[in-house]
This record gives sequence, C-alpha cells and structure tokens, in this order.
Amino acid sequence: MTIPDLGPLWLTLHLAALTTIILLIVGTPIAWWLSVTRSRLKAVVEAVTALPLVLPPTVLGFYMLVFFSPNSAIGGLWVEATGTKLTFSFTGLVVCSAIYSLPFTVQPLQSTFETLGRAPMEAAATLRAGPLDAFLTVISPMAARGYLTAVVLTFAHTIGEFGVVLMVGGNIPGETKVISIAIYEHVETIRYAEAHILSAGMLAFSFLVLLFVYVMNRRFPIHVGGST
Amino acid sequence: MNTLAFDLGIAFPGFTLDVAHEIPLHGITALFGPSGCGKSTLLRILAGLERQAMGRIDFAGETWQSGPGAKAMPTHKRGAGYVFQDARLFPHLDVAGNLHFAERRSRHVSSGIDFDQVVSALDLAPLLGRRVTSLSGGERQRVAIGRTLLTRPRLLLMDEPLAALDLKRKAEILPYIERLPVVFGVPAIYVSHDIDEVTRLAHRMMVLRDGRLLAAGPVEDVLERLDLPANGERFEPGVALTARIVSHDPHYQLSQLDLDGQHLSVPLVSGPIGSRLRLRIKARDVSIATRRPQDISIRNILAARIVEIVAPVEAAQADLLLEIGNGRHLRARITRASVHELGLAPGFGVFALVKSVTFDAPGFEAP
Repeated sequence: MTIPDLGPLWLTLHLAALTTIILLIVGTPIAWWLSVTRSRLKAVVEAVTALPLVLPPTVLGFYMLVFFSPNSAIGGLWVEATGTKLTFSFTGLVVCSAIYSLPFTVQPLQSTFETLGRAPMEAAATLRAGPLDAFLTVISPMAARGYLTAVVLTFAHTIGEFGVVLMVGGNIPGETKVISIAIYEHVETIRYAEAHILSAGMLAFSFLVLLFVYVMNRRFPIHVGGST
Repeated sequence: MNTLAFDLGIAFPGFTLDVAHEIPLHGITALFGPSGCGKSTLLRILAGLERQAMGRIDFAGETWQSGPGAKAMPTHKRGAGYVFQDARLFPHLDVAGNLHFAERRSRHVSSGIDFDQVVSALDLAPLLGRRVTSLSGGERQRVAIGRTLLTRPRLLLMDEPLAALDLKRKAEILPYIERLPVVFGVPAIYVSHDIDEVTRLAHRMMVLRDGRLLAAGPVEDVLERLDLPANGERFEPGVALTARIVSHDPHYQLSQLDLDGQHLSVPLVSGPIGSRLRLRIKARDVSIATRRPQDISIRNILAARIVEIVAPVEAAQADLLLEIGNGRHLRARITRASVHELGLAPGFGVFALVKSVTFDAPGFEAP
C-alpha cells in the first residue's frame, strides 16, 4: 500500500478556507440587507441566493464554464485584466465555490439577524453608535453563533464540492485537483487503498470539525468580556 | 429659553398620530395616556427611530427633522438618550462593558457627567462585573438608565422604564429617576400610563389620546381640568397641589399643612417645617356640604366655591371643579342626584370634605 499524495488535501483546505473568508465578507452585507429590507426585490434576491441549493452541481458548473471561458465576456475580461484564466484554474475554483456555497453563508446569517431584530441597532444608535460601528460592535458579536454556523457549513460544504469542480476545474495537480477529485480518480483507476485512506481521512476530519464546533457551542455560550 | 418644538405625524395601518407642541428643556415632562394612544411612537419619532415620520423637530434651534425631502438627522447624531421599556442591554458585554460602550462614544461631548458620578448616583458599583443576564428587572433598568446617562445626552427620553417591574422594584427605582434632572441637569421626557408616576416625577405633562394631544401644561393645571376623559385607563381624576408643612404632632402622629391659608391635617410626614411637598387629592375622596358639618370625623374641611359642574345625563356621577382660594382647585366626584338635591350650581360657596390625601413623594421639594 502506498501513501497517497497529500497535495489534494492541502489544496482542498486552502480552497475551503479562502472561500469561507470571501463569503463572510460578501455574504454579510447580503444577509443584513435581506434581514432589514422591505423592498420587493427581497424575494428575488432570496431566490437567486438559494439557487445553488436546488440546482444540480453540473448545471451550475455548465453555466460557469460557459460564462468563465476565455471566449466569453466575463472570462475574456478576466484574462485581459489578470492574464490568467478562470476555467481550469485555482482562481476559477475559488469563484465557483463562492457562488456554490453562498446560501450556506447567507441563510444562517440572515436568520440570525432576523432573530436579533431591530432592537439592538436602535439601542446602539441611541448610544451614539453609527450604523457601521453598531454593526461591528453590537450585531456581529451578538450574531456570533450565526457566524459559527455559517463558517462551519460553508467550509464543510466547500470541502464536499465535486460536480462543479469536475466541470470547471478539471483535474490539474496542485491547481484544481481537490480531494474529492483525487478520490474519484483513485476509484476510477481501481486504486482502492489510496481511495480508502483519503476517504477515511475526510470522514474523520469532517467529524472532528463538527464535533469541536458543537462542543464549543454548548460549553461556551457566546460572551465577550466588555470591561476596558 | 431653550425648547424642543415639534409638529409631527405618522400613519400606520389603523392608527395615525398628529401632535404639535413645544416643551421647555428643563425638568421632566410626562407623556401620559392609555396604551395605544401613541405616546411611545411620539418618543420614538423624537429619537429618530421611526423613518416614516413626517413633520419637523427643532431642538434648541437645531433642526432634527424638517419637511418632506429633507433628510432627518440620524439617531446617533441627535444626542438624545433613550431608555427602553425592555432595557436592551447588550448581552455580549457585562455591566461595565455596557456602560463603557456609551461612555467611549460620548467623550467628545462637553458635559459634567462622568463615569464615577453615574455609577455612584445609581449605585451601580456592586453590579459592574456582573453579566447582564444575571441582573434582576430593577437592576437592569438602573444599568440601562446609567448607560443612557453616559451618552452625555442633551435630552433624556424614557419609554415606560418601570412598566415591566412590580411595585416593589418600582419603588426602588423611582427615587433614582426623580433625582436625575437635578443631579445631571438633563431635561427628560417620560412616557407613562401610570398617573401616580406622572404626578410624582413630572413637572409638566402632555396627555395623548388616539394619537392627538388632549391637554398639556404643568401637572397641577392639567390634572384639575374637567374636560379630560375621566374614564381613561388608570386615570383617576383628581388634583395635585403643593402644600407647606406647618407643624408636626408626634402625639397624634399628624402633620399640619398649609394650603394658601387653609389647613390640612394629614398622617405624620417626614420633612422639615416650612418645606413644601406635593400631594394629590382624588375626586372621589372629596364630598360636598353646603354648611360646615359639625360632629364629624373628617378633619379636613375646606371652604370652596363651585366653578364648574359637569353632569352628563347618561352617568350617575357628576364632576365638580372647586376653587379653594388663590387660584387653587379641587375636584370632587359626587352623584348627580346629590347635585340636584343640594341645589348646587356654579358660583355657590360650599365646603369640601377631604377624606384622603395621597403624597406623591415624601419630602418632594416642588420646583
């Protein structure tokens, strides 16, 4: 039995971490807007955000392939601007993952913000805190559990990604060959031993991450000391 | 003199508010009325928490809100502190953290209010390290009031801060609130549906009903007005009067009070002779006699003149407005039948028999 190449593992973690960070930055304002808006566009934006939940990954991957190809408008612009391609590249994978995992960030955050309601923002405003100040110092810490859920779901979901990667990223070692693809390849080439090691590793890792989160969540209810 | 002047309106499904008034910026002004009359909504508009509000607000010459199209000044720039009914302390911070949150953001404001002063005025020192979730209802409101004071506000808006508390807790906090305008020199608007709170705390009051301003003025003047709805929720018609302590009689446990020449005898009160205190006489505790009664246990019999009689035919009761000299008034509630049998009419001299006197605040020094 040979020890499989661990490159795909690191690539996967790298991709998931980067995607999670990007989605926290992008997803927070979307979730906040959805939680406070009375606009008619809300339903439209909610539907679009939820699309990746119901679409087969191949559909998503197909459209991304179409839009990101260097011959298309978006893909062409990207090539002009950066000199790299969005298809069959790590950058492209990050962009696709961010779209694919968007609902897993936005939905927990939105429901957390909705649970908090207007009261904390109002209280903060009467205490002379501007909207951004109030969001960063009151809403964010009060929404810590929502953020924890969003991070775990986004991270785990990105790790489990397969269909979109296969369509848009292909199987380039060190670039797009993430762990799910590597396992698929091992199985295809009937190298079950390596597939076993990678799969068991994924299983153990995923379980430990979730266990850690749930234990932390139960043992340490979110509380930040405020004395300065 | 600096005032808060406003002319405001807002429309919700099934409710509209339309109120214009001008409030002097000192002391406590009560916003009084039954639940759903719009008093909290008005307070929220003044704080800038209701975006759909129309109209204008001028605070001491500064425009907080003007006509349509003009952007209203956002809440965090108004410098109006707000004490919410439900405290709204931040659960992720401890008590000290909540206080510092406000204090840090108001350091640029020139004001005599400092952290230690607020902590000592509200007795918050023992609470500073506590988690806000471990506080009792009364403690929570005290912290909320302290936090609001530490925003170094130019105006204090208090939305029924005691409504969620039981009588005992209320009694604990009232003295703190009472002292606020004196100790910190911040004018306050205090929303309440409890007339006892209003007469105890406020210098002047606005009465709201169904989104309209029904009456406004000094508490004593407003309370003696007969045209106020007597059947209002928790509204007990009566008057508030300021009297001077003349003497104490420890033997019979009574104090003598002077009411512009007329005397009142009441159960012993604390307070030095010559000091003034506010008392309240409910209309139903006042009876009428056309001659000074003899051999009667009631000790407080005041000579009075009938100013006005309101006796709606569909009611058993009649409300009398009585003058007891020097422009001071009493209200009496007697049956319409008695009015008829005694032949009472405006202008008549009568005797008012006062069965009971309530003190709004023992030792309260009327301004």
